[in-house]
This record gives sequence, structure tokens and C-alpha cells, in this order.
Amino acid sequence: MPKDFGIGVSQKRREDVRFLKGAGNYTDDINVVGQAFVHFLRSEVAHATINSIDTSAASNMPGVVRIFTGADFEGVGGLPCGWQVTDRNNEPMQEPPHPILAQGKVRHVGDPIAAVVADTYEQARDAVEAIKIDLDELPAVIDMADALTENAVKVHDELKSNLCYDWVLGETDNEKVQAAFDNAEHITTLELTNQRLVANPMEPRVAVGDYNQATEEHTLFTTSQNPHVIRLLMCAFVLGLPEHKVRVVAPDVGGGFGTKIFHYAEEAFCTFAAKACNRPVKWTSSRSESFVTDAQGRDHVTKIELALDSENNFTAIRTNTLANLGAYLSTFSSSVPTWLHGTLMAGNYKTPVIQVNVKAVFTTTVPVDAYRGAGRPEATFQLERVIDKVARELKLDPVALRRQNFITEFPYDTPVALTYDTGDYNGTMNKLEAAADFDGFAQRRSDTEANGKLRGLGVNCYIEACGIAPSNIVGMLGARAGLYDAATVRVNATGSISVMVGAHSHGQGHETVFPQVVAEMIGIDESQIEIVHGDSSKIPFGMGTYGSRSIAVCGSAMVRATEKVINKAKKIAAHLMEASDADIELKDGQFSVAGTDKSVAWGEVTLAAYVPHNFPLQDIEPGLEETAFYDPANFTFPAGAYACEVEIDPDTGQVSIERFCAADDFGNIVNPMIVDGQVHGGIGQGIGQALLESCSYDKDGQLLSGSYMDYAMPRADDVPFYAVDHSSQTPCTHNPLGVKGCGEAGAIGSPPAVVNAVIDALQSAGHDVDHIDMPVSPSRVWAAMQS
Amino acid sequence: MYDFEFEKPSSISDAITLLSSEEAMPLSGGQTLIPALKQRLNAPSKLVSLAGIPELRGVSVNEGGMLEIKGATTHAVIAKQASSHYPALSALASHIGDPAVRNRGTIGGSLANNDPAACYPAAVLASNGKIISNKREINSEDFFQGMFTTALDEGELITAVQFEIPTVANYQKFLQPASRFALTGVFVAKFDSGVRVAITGASENGVFRWSEAEALLSDNFSPSSLDVLTFSTDGLISDLHGTPAYRASLIKTLTKRAVIAAK
Repeated sequence: MPKDFGIGVSQKRREDVRFLKGAGNYTDDINVVGQAFVHFLRSEVAHATINSIDTSAASNMPGVVRIFTGADFEGVGGLPCGWQVTDRNNEPMQEPPHPILAQGKVRHVGDPIAAVVADTYEQARDAVEAIKIDLDELPAVIDMADALTENAVKVHDELKSNLCYDWVLGETDNEKVQAAFDNAEHITTLELTNQRLVANPMEPRVAVGDYNQATEEHTLFTTSQNPHVIRLLMCAFVLGLPEHKVRVVAPDVGGGFGTKIFHYAEEAFCTFAAKACNRPVKWTSSRSESFVTDAQGRDHVTKIELALDSENNFTAIRTNTLANLGAYLSTFSSSVPTWLHGTLMAGNYKTPVIQVNVKAVFTTTVPVDAYRGAGRPEATFQLERVIDKVARELKLDPVALRRQNFITEFPYDTPVALTYDTGDYNGTMNKLEAAADFDGFAQRRSDTEANGKLRGLGVNCYIEACGIAPSNIVGMLGARAGLYDAATVRVNATGSISVMVGAHSHGQGHETVFPQVVAEMIGIDESQIEIVHGDSSKIPFGMGTYGSRSIAVCGSAMVRATEKVINKAKKIAAHLMEASDADIELKDGQFSVAGTDKSVAWGEVTLAAYVPHNFPLQDIEPGLEETAFYDPANFTFPAGAYACEVEIDPDTGQVSIERFCAADDFGNIVNPMIVDGQVHGGIGQGIGQALLESCSYDKDGQLLSGSYMDYAMPRADDVPFYAVDHSSQTPCTHNPLGVKGCGEAGAIGSPPAVVNAVIDALQSAGHDVDHIDMPVSPSRVWAAMQS
Repeated sequence: MYDFEFEKPSSISDAITLLSSEEAMPLSGGQTLIPALKQRLNAPSKLVSLAGIPELRGVSVNEGGMLEIKGATTHAVIAKQASSHYPALSALASHIGDPAVRNRGTIGGSLANNDPAACYPAAVLASNGKIISNKREINSEDFFQGMFTTALDEGELITAVQFEIPTVANYQKFLQPASRFALTGVFVAKFDSGVRVAITGASENGVFRWSEAEALLSDNFSPSSLDVLTFSTDGLISDLHGTPAYRASLIKTLTKRAVIAAK
């Protein structure tokens, strides 16, 4: 009989029952008795000095409870940045304040200036319209290169310049790097943009603050990927509240993609205002508001150079990137272009000399921070595009060139700070070649051309660092937090289990996957196991979900806690069967004494733990509940190879994706169906970036793509049916499950495959085009074909 | 949205009376108006729904042989009921928006709004159509007066739209990737008297006819007739999704495709 529970089984997602029935409990579904509503007055200009804010007329409007301005927040801290980057001269990054409400200046369209709390949402909105503000508009700072010129207008007057940091990783000696290029047989250079994206989770952000005067306790309900992180940041750095008096709840969350990691002003505001007004205060973002307040993603301008020797071995990589931070440092923004980007520049290849330089720049735009992949897509895109370019220049098979340069021995110390523990890049490439049917491409191209269109095949590899991360390492790199996770396994008297986890599920399927692991370890039915997440008052202090870390880090904590439970349960079973602990075996939910027919069931042991009438009280405590914290020894390194086939309509430039194959190595896999789904979703977002999405500002800092009328999200008919293969598996060597994480791979691996395919198609028709910036829109493809 | 009164009359005359009050606006599908109200970009004192007026709904062929569609007929109904009379128009209606839009949005609402990227204006203009209001008949040539601008007076309602039925016709829409309105759309209609070509989505002045193409196609209804033409970029829209040069190219490409596909 095939296995029907536990690790490796494609269990259907139990949480989908409530989601599909409309029975989820999202933050906007939460209404606290007596709640008032807040609406923010937001800047309509990108950059201005605030001369005055007149709230007198607005204060007398119907239903207004209280109006807040920056002056009300002078006594509290600003929003903190969680990662201090040290620049190439060992100086800390420039770190400007990030106020809850604007203090004297606004720095991007959407920057909050004032907030009205009123009985109803519409009353709050009416009163916001009655606030009179006097602004002196300043020039917007949009272009990063311009922002770094000597006489550039400064986004933050108190800083030396608009440069947050000038950072170098890898070989710091410029002469050594130059020597590697001087000795090269061939050098290929590529300049490209990795465009800014808006995350656009289905559920916009919401915050509800509540304060209990009797107990002096705050509760914040919020759309977050990491409630404990929000509580810590808000209590310790912003509002100065004791953590034990603050509960942060992130209930069902409708997608995060990174943008719900960060601590936002609206969360601190609702918490603060609930006490100040002595009423619960609720904020629900509109979609329009989310376009100007949710941290955005990517936005790098890069020049990459790749050097090869006479045998086509990669000998050096040099990259120079301008990374846009927007107007303020969002929670993890400083780490994304540095430690999540530069460290991946070796890719899957044994290039001996690598130098990565990143200049991070303040501009008068919405802050930029982690978005699915976070730095790794930017690294992968430039590296895999420049390899594709060199293969074309030297007329080499792009797959063979990659294979020739693959890292094949592990562990491998890269020149950019990481140690890859394991991998098999030829293995995933073999799987890709089979799944993508490279041999049949010539015939498919010929069929396409017979229909008057062009066809291209694009291939690339990727590697990412997931399971973030060893706390001692990230601490050295500037993280102001540990990045372990935690789980508590609480066995109930009747044998069912509640597992309280620090990870947060906002689409990943933890409620299904995590029980599969515990069920496997104990041998009981998954339905007896429930996951509890998202409430700081219920779960241990875990760091939440991002960076494809949940199963690798929190799952490992859960395994450790379950092992402790099993060890204790064996002691209880040994007592019940009058045997030695060492002789007890657990299989299929039965404890037995090795070599005998004596056994007791899981439920008998758990009952004994809580009704300890016959119990070794002198040796162990009653009850059966264990907690474990897990801090990983290294990152995990999922890797893979992707192939995309496109057709191009030469008359219109329209690109359509005809085939897309992904071969990933995620190590061991707990639920193959969910892994497939994660990869499908990631590729969908990657195709969105490659072909459709672009967050564009005009020179005055106005968002040109501020709604779905102009911001093109991928839809079902923009993406093909995917072929995914996860059978090439090199288990992670340092976590107990041998898992690596799969949440971001698709978004990291797919954009270069799409663009490489487009270039392949265009060159097949004789067009002298070696790069088109994303999104590779019909008009851009058409324009490239005209030149 | 701001507060407003809501009325749902059951006759055209009642609707006209209600619309005569200060700051009243008709609501006929609301696929543009409702989002604008939610963003507080519009502040009508009163919304007069046209959804409850039986005489504003229906598709028929009139005595003069013209296809007549009442003003508050939804895209979904047009897609279904016009298919035997005017397949190209039916196909156009069936590709507007998504099912939710097609079952709410109406032809009168769309034409009165005259979005420069909307589909119907191209069909009306190419079909030598007439806009029938509660007061008068307006030739399509006179009706469309530029982006979001029409010949309609304050309080004047589109009660019906009439189309001459061509022998063959086709509409080619190239989708703007975000909104999926027409980045450029071309409606080609061939009559015994000649060919009419109307372009939407491309011009800063809204829908227009391409007279050079009409002349050549009237002479020889073949895509190769257009080979000698180059569309000027003057006055074409430039935005995130396409340059004037790109739109000019699309106009020619789509016109050729419409000629090939016309039936």
C-alpha cells in the first residue's frame, strides 16, 4: 500500500477548506467593540518641507475622536532598521530617522503627515480632507546616479549625502581584480536594470490596536509574517512598551511575499492611538494606499563583467550596482542588496575572483525592502544573463558552458562569504534536459517559424541561500536580531498534539506540512496534530516566515521538540511496561519493548503523563510538553536549472511563454504537491517580473503605475502549464530533516530563463539584440527589433 | 465614497426628471464610475440607476435594417444577442473586461464615458453608427469629441445605438497588459459602399477613422493594399505601455489582421 501519511505524501492543504469557504479570519475580519477608524493624510508630493498643519476645522467635523500629527510622536522612537551594514571603509551606514508621522518634511508620495481617528471610516476620511497643510515643495530625487552627484538635493538634510553605504564583498583589492581581467582571454560586460516591483499580496495591510486600561495591556492585530518580530521592534525601539504587556496577533494573512515582514508606521500608530484615545483603532489599507505605503522590491541598476580564460573557464566577476532604498530604511532593506545579494554572486560556478560593489541610495520614493527572493533574484539575473551573453558571443552551448564551470565538490567556500554544504548542479541540469526536451526544440522552432513567429529557448541555473540563518554569522554581518526559530510541542492527555510554532503561514501550507513531520516521527494520524501560529501570547519566541526558512529552521525546532517529547514518552512507557528506557521502541504510535511482545499505545502513555497515578514521579515530571529553539549551523542552498521557451510575434513584439520547465534540488521534500505549488507561484511571479510588472515614477516622484490599470500583474493566461521536477535531491547536511526550502526558488530562477529565451528568439531571426530590460513588454521587444 | 442619494426609476422619462437635479449623474453599469466614487474622484448628489428601465434594454434589427441596441444593454447580452446579426460586434462585446464587467457594464455607459481605449467607439464609428438620445440622433462622426468627451449635453441620456450592418467586419484588439483595455484596437467594416476603418486606444484625441486605409481598402480589400501606408506618429499616445511609434506600427498591423479576419 502506498504511504498515506507523513513525510513525502502530497496531503491536500487542510487550511484550504476554510479559505475556500470564505471562513478565514483575516485581520480586517476582526472588529473590536467600540473601535474607531483611522485615515491618514498622506503626502501627494514626493518631497516638501511642511510649514504648518492646520487641523482646527477638521477637529470639529462629525465623529472625529482625535487628530494626530508628527508633534504627537516626538516622544517616541522612529521605525528601526534591523540590519547595520558596514561600508568599505569600515564606517556604519548612514541611518536617518524614520518617523511614524512626518517630522518637518515629507519624502515620498504616500508619506503620512497626519492621522484622523473618527467613529467611522468615512468620517475620518472627511476630516482628513478638511486638514489644511502648507508645504514648500522641493525637487524630487528619483534617479540614483543623479542622487549621488555632489550637488544633489538631499533626501535627508542631516545626512552627508544620499549615499547610505558604499559596500564591497569578495576581493577588496581592486588591483587584484583588475589583474584577473587583464589576464582574461575574453571579457563580457552587461549593463542592466532589475526593475522596481510592487509586492501586491491579495490582502492589503490592516492593523487593529486595542488597549485595556484595567490590565494596561496592548493588543495589536496585524497582517504580519512575524508577530514576535513586530512586538519586539515596536516595544523596544518605537513605543517603549514592556513586551509582556503587548500581544501581537497575525491571524490568517492573505499573502506576504516579504512586504509583510516589516514593521510599519500604521502598526505603531494604531497601538499608540488606542491608548491615547482609549478606544480600539482600526486601519485598513486600500489597494491604492498599498501602492504608496507597502515596501517595494528590487530596483537595482547594475554593470556586471565576466572574465574567461582561453578554455572558457570563468576567471573573474566584477559587479557594480546602485540599489534604491527609497526614502527611508525599511526593516531589512539594508541587508537585501548586500548580504542577500552579493553573497550569491558566485552562483553555481567556481569563479576564483569575485568583487561585488553596491552603493545604496536614498531617493524620494516608497522604501524598498525584501520581496520574494530578496537580493538573490537580482544576483541570479545579472549572472545568468551575462553567462548567456558570453555564450552567444563565443558561440558556445550555454548549457555546456555552465556545466564546464559548475562547482562539483562540496563543501565549497565561495569567494563571497558562503560555504555551500551540498549540491549537484549537473544532476539538476540532467533532470532539466530530460524534462525540457532540448532535443525536440529544433523541430518546435521550425513549427513556430512556419507560423510566421520566432521561437527561443532560454536556460539558466540559480542558487539561493535559504533557511536564514545562523545567528552568530548574521550577527557578525550586522543583523540586529537572531534568526533561530522555536516550537513547542504540547501533547494533550488524550494523545492529540498542539504544536506552537514561531513560523507564520500566509499561503505556505504550514498547517498541513508541519503535522506531516510530527505524524511521521510518532506514527499517529496527522488529524491528531494541530499547528498554532501567529499569536505572540500563544507561541514561543520565533522569528517568523521569510527567506524560505519555515521548514528548515522552525521545522527543525519542531523536530527537536518532538524528539524531546518522544524521549520522555519512552521513559513513561518503560515505567508502564516495567522495562528499561533503552529497550523502548516507538513505531506506528505503539511503544514496545525490544525483543518482546509487550507494548503500550501512544494514548496510554499520554494519559499516564497527565493522570500520573502510575508514573515515575521520582525521575520525571508529569505532563508531556517540550520546547526547542533551533539555530541553524549554516544557510541551506537550494539550487536548480530552469528552461523557458517563448514565441514572439514579430509584428507586435508580443512574447508568449510556450513551455517552462523547472528542475530544483530542495533536498528532502515533506509534501511534494505543496512544493510544486510554491514553485508554480514563484515562477508566476518571476514571469510577472520578466514580462509584465514595473513600478515606475516620473521625474517628479509621482507613481505612474499606481493602480492595476497600469501595473500589470500576471494573470492565469500569461503563464503556461509548468513542468517541475524535484527528484534531484541532495539533502541539506546540517538540519535534521535534510530540507532546504522552496518558497522563493521560482521567483529567483525564472526571470533570466524568460529573457534568455527572448534574446535567443530575436537572434535566431538575425536581430542584433543582446539585452532587453524587464519587463520585456511588447513595445520594448518591437523597439529592439527595429534598431 | 461621499454620500449620495440613489434612485432607480423604471422609465426613461422618470430618469430624465431625476437627472435634472443639481449634480445628479446616471449610473449605467458603473464599471468606471463606481471605482471613481470609491476614490472620491466624483461627488454626485444623486445617482440615477438605469438598470431598472425595460425600454433601455434589448437588441434588434430595425425597419431600416440597422442593428439597434438599447442604451443599458450589457456587454454580455450584446455578445449573445448580436451574434447572428453582427458577429464582429458580438465578438468585440465578448472580449471586454471579464465576465463580471460584461454582466454589469453597458454600451450606453461605455459610449457616454468615451474612454480613449474603449472598444465600442471603434465599432460605432466604423459602422457609421448613430447615437440615439432622449432628445435627438447624433451621427458617430459628431458624437466622439476627444478623450472622455462626447456631444452629449448635461442630463442627456443615450437611449439606443444604431449600427449599419457591414457585409464583413472584424475587430482586432491589442491588449494593454495591465488594464487589458485596447493598447490599440482597429475595427474594419466593409460595406457595399466602401470600407470604414476606426482606431481606438492610440490617439490623444480618442477614436478616429483612418481615411487613407479606407480609400485603399475600398479599392482592394486586401491587407497588401496597406503596404504603401505608414501611419504618422503625430498625436499618438505615449505612456508606460507603448510609444507613438509602437502604436503607429500596431495600427497598420492590426488593420491588416482585421482585413484578413473579416467575415
